[in-house]
Amino acid sequence: MTFQRPTFRHPDLPPNSAGYNLRDYEGGISTLCAGCGHDSICGAIIQACFELAIPPHQLVKMSGIGCSSKTPAYFLGKSHGFNSVHGRMPSIATGANMANRDLVYLGVSGDGDTASIGMGQFVHAVRRNLNMVYIVMNNGCYGLTKGQYSATADKGTKSKKGSVNALESIDLCELAIQLGAGFVGRSFSGDKKQLVPMIKAGLAHKGLSFIDVISPCVTFNNNPESTKSYHWVREHSEATNTFDFVPFRQTITTEYEDSVDQEVRLHDDSVIHLHKHENTPDVTDRRQAIDNLEDHKAEGVILTGVLYVNPESADTHDILNTSEKSFNSMGVEDLCPGGDVLAKINESYR
Amino acid sequence: MKPTDIEDPQYFHKVIDCQFACPAHTPVPEYIRLISQKRYTDAYMLNWASNVFPGVLGRVCDRPCEPACRRGRVEKDPVAICRLKRLCADNRDEVLGLLPTIPAEKNGKRIALIGAGPASLTVARDLMPLGYSIDLYDDQEKGGGFMRSQLPSFRLPEAVLATEVDYILDMGVTTHFTQRVESLQAVLDQDYDAVFVGTGAPRGRDLPDLPGREAGAGSIHVGIDWLAGVVFGHVNAIGKRVLVLGGGNTAMDCCRTARRLGGEQVSVVVRSPREEMKASPWEIDEAVHEDVPIIDNHVPLEFVMGNNYLVGMRFDRVQAVYDDNGKRQLRSTGQEPVFMPCDEVLLAVGQLNAFPFIEKESGVAFTDKGLPQLNPQTLQSTHPKVFFGGDAAFGPQNIITAVAHGHEAAISIHLLCQGRSLRERPGPQVDFAGQKMGVHDWLYHNQVSETNRQAVPMLSKAKTLKDRLLEVELGFDRQIGQAESLRCLNCDVQTVFHADLCIECDGCVDACPESCINFVENGTEEELRTRLKAPAENRSQDLYVSGPLTTGRVMVKDEDVCLHCGICAERCPTSAWEMQKFLFHPAQAEHI
Repeated sequence: MTFQRPTFRHPDLPPNSAGYNLRDYEGGISTLCAGCGHDSICGAIIQACFELAIPPHQLVKMSGIGCSSKTPAYFLGKSHGFNSVHGRMPSIATGANMANRDLVYLGVSGDGDTASIGMGQFVHAVRRNLNMVYIVMNNGCYGLTKGQYSATADKGTKSKKGSVNALESIDLCELAIQLGAGFVGRSFSGDKKQLVPMIKAGLAHKGLSFIDVISPCVTFNNNPESTKSYHWVREHSEATNTFDFVPFRQTITTEYEDSVDQEVRLHDDSVIHLHKHENTPDVTDRRQAIDNLEDHKAEGVILTGVLYVNPESADTHDILNTSEKSFNSMGVEDLCPGGDVLAKINESYR
Repeated sequence: MKPTDIEDPQYFHKVIDCQFACPAHTPVPEYIRLISQKRYTDAYMLNWASNVFPGVLGRVCDRPCEPACRRGRVEKDPVAICRLKRLCADNRDEVLGLLPTIPAEKNGKRIALIGAGPASLTVARDLMPLGYSIDLYDDQEKGGGFMRSQLPSFRLPEAVLATEVDYILDMGVTTHFTQRVESLQAVLDQDYDAVFVGTGAPRGRDLPDLPGREAGAGSIHVGIDWLAGVVFGHVNAIGKRVLVLGGGNTAMDCCRTARRLGGEQVSVVVRSPREEMKASPWEIDEAVHEDVPIIDNHVPLEFVMGNNYLVGMRFDRVQAVYDDNGKRQLRSTGQEPVFMPCDEVLLAVGQLNAFPFIEKESGVAFTDKGLPQLNPQTLQSTHPKVFFGGDAAFGPQNIITAVAHGHEAAISIHLLCQGRSLRERPGPQVDFAGQKMGVHDWLYHNQVSETNRQAVPMLSKAKTLKDRLLEVELGFDRQIGQAESLRCLNCDVQTVFHADLCIECDGCVDACPESCINFVENGTEEELRTRLKAPAENRSQDLYVSGPLTTGRVMVKDEDVCLHCGICAERCPTSAWEMQKFLFHPAQAEHI
């Protein structure tokens, strides 16, 4: 058993524009089951952060409880981290974000952690459009407790032992679009080509970027009849669009044929460049986005790609008109201005 | 690209860089693993079966394996393969009982070996156990050839050589020592079934046309003859100031021997730039360590005589100029010639083949360069019963190449004696062994050691320069050797991919520390090499390509810096990656 990955890395791998090497974004060796989709998502997070040249110490990774929430141990080993109580990652993220808006926030959660025990927390973080990337590693089951169906398991899906899920499933993407997330996407752990640029776009977007990643549980939920298996997802998924993410200050050089481009310009002047067929819905229209999801669901097809973007989205700081400065850059007098100021504030409400 | 044919034994053989680079294809990782398990005798015998002189080669091999070692690409220095070989030789138990048994009843075939160097001895080693009767001819008193006469004792103690030569001679070889073969025809007339010529490249190149060569003859020596003179006790001293001309390993042996015989100011003078010297880098380092300056870019002009004795040499300063084809020309800088005073000069400017004993009528034809016309694979000359090997075959090379020739010639001779075509050569012996023990447990030590190359302990310069018989390198002790052996990356434990089992979860791609593994759309090799996770610019290393997978993509693994750590196989849920130990033994005569 390998407990420590060798530290040797390919000698010809170039560093990113900030001078960091890929290994600066890596974490410890995974202890998840071999072949777990979550590992691929970790790989995609590492690649996305490396390509965006985010200084590792400028990023905060947070999680709750579950297989998915173990994963921050396997990526971004030089970043800040917080492993919270089950389902409570959004609260921790909110607190941290309020205290310091200068850092990049990346929350990792699972379908149980988000759609069951943490549902109340999740929906309110979305409503506030908290400036963070919220990734759900969605395997449709409780992998840590031997694979019982979770709330995102599709109705009618079959488990390894053959039992059928009779309950309706929660579509987290639809919920997120409804509740005001600025950026919503769905991807598949087995498709890094789509997942990496999606995470990059999510990181660049200001507001809550919700990314639901279907991530097969190889041990309990990877039988061919399961709608969350590698096999099923590859056979039954359709991308709403293919896209490139072009970070701020980079020029677009690639030309695409047979597709209509739609440019979505984000707050920091990064561009999401969508290549889609004619007559496909506009991803900046919330209603069309939800219809699109429902239409595909009716056809038994999993829709992936960037589902919805609001380039104008206002995040919690904008909505609440909070301080521009982070708490750690304020002095004691700013943070605790004393009884006189409190009295004045109270007075203003009388 | 087409899927890689891993059924072809050469594919995985090439992945084992050290073994592939070795002319004798010794299974290096396998014996290093045995050393790491402190099984020194087993490691020695594995070596012995392949390269015949582990104790000798563990000291003086040219080590083509080390520059090839993958570790040199992964970090800075290769595994000290040669010194590990010596470690197992130094620490082995008695091996006499492990040597092949020689049949009491002979097969009736008689072979003559001319020259008792490594090539001939290897032929004897391979053919004696098969029942051949062998006559060995040499003009020296003992076996070993150039290993005895040219290699100074401070690099190779005589006892080490004698033991390993005797393993072979004691198989019952009939030796005819101090018997110089004057006529090949006379040997052929004795009705041998085959004759093997392993007479080396016995003539040192001279500089006969250099002014002053004749007048200074008493103080000017041909390097290899002088070295032999030292070994046989004819030469006991040298002048205080010595110039050694030449940049090969013989030059290094000459200058270091001169330092031990009274040479106080010994310099090596080379025509070419230092980077192009033929000597092994470690030999140059040793010479420099013994206070021998290497003076490069100096072309000799003349020997300068004083009153009837040599007072020095004059050199022209040159620089190397390269034309468009990379061909080198040494062009004079136009500066004044340099005078270097000296008492004696050693010429180590190359060796020549010489076959004065082979008559024109014997049926053995030669090339324009004075080398025998040979089939490069069978080593058969234009006379069907005469074979060549070692330096006698293709000009001066090294011991390990001579051993490789010996094995090939033995195969040819064995086929010839059975009346079979020499083209019916046996294939290599290949064996695959799965390494999986438990879910994540391996039969081999898959944890990659991250220690640097271990330095070898040496005797102090003050001591060794006083006594030419004292060996300079002390060799690794068991503890250092253990640490060094664990640096080996086990390149013979192969990553075998089964496309039909892969579910494309990407687990291996993410886990691979060296970013070797890719799942991409197929393309031409040129184009594939540009779009892998890490640039695959080392063309000498293959890409391992699978057949198409479910998504239509293929798996492409760049073999270049793979650590053989097995993490891909550990993180694979379906055992699509397997770690398989691939043992490759080149064919020998006994396999026919």
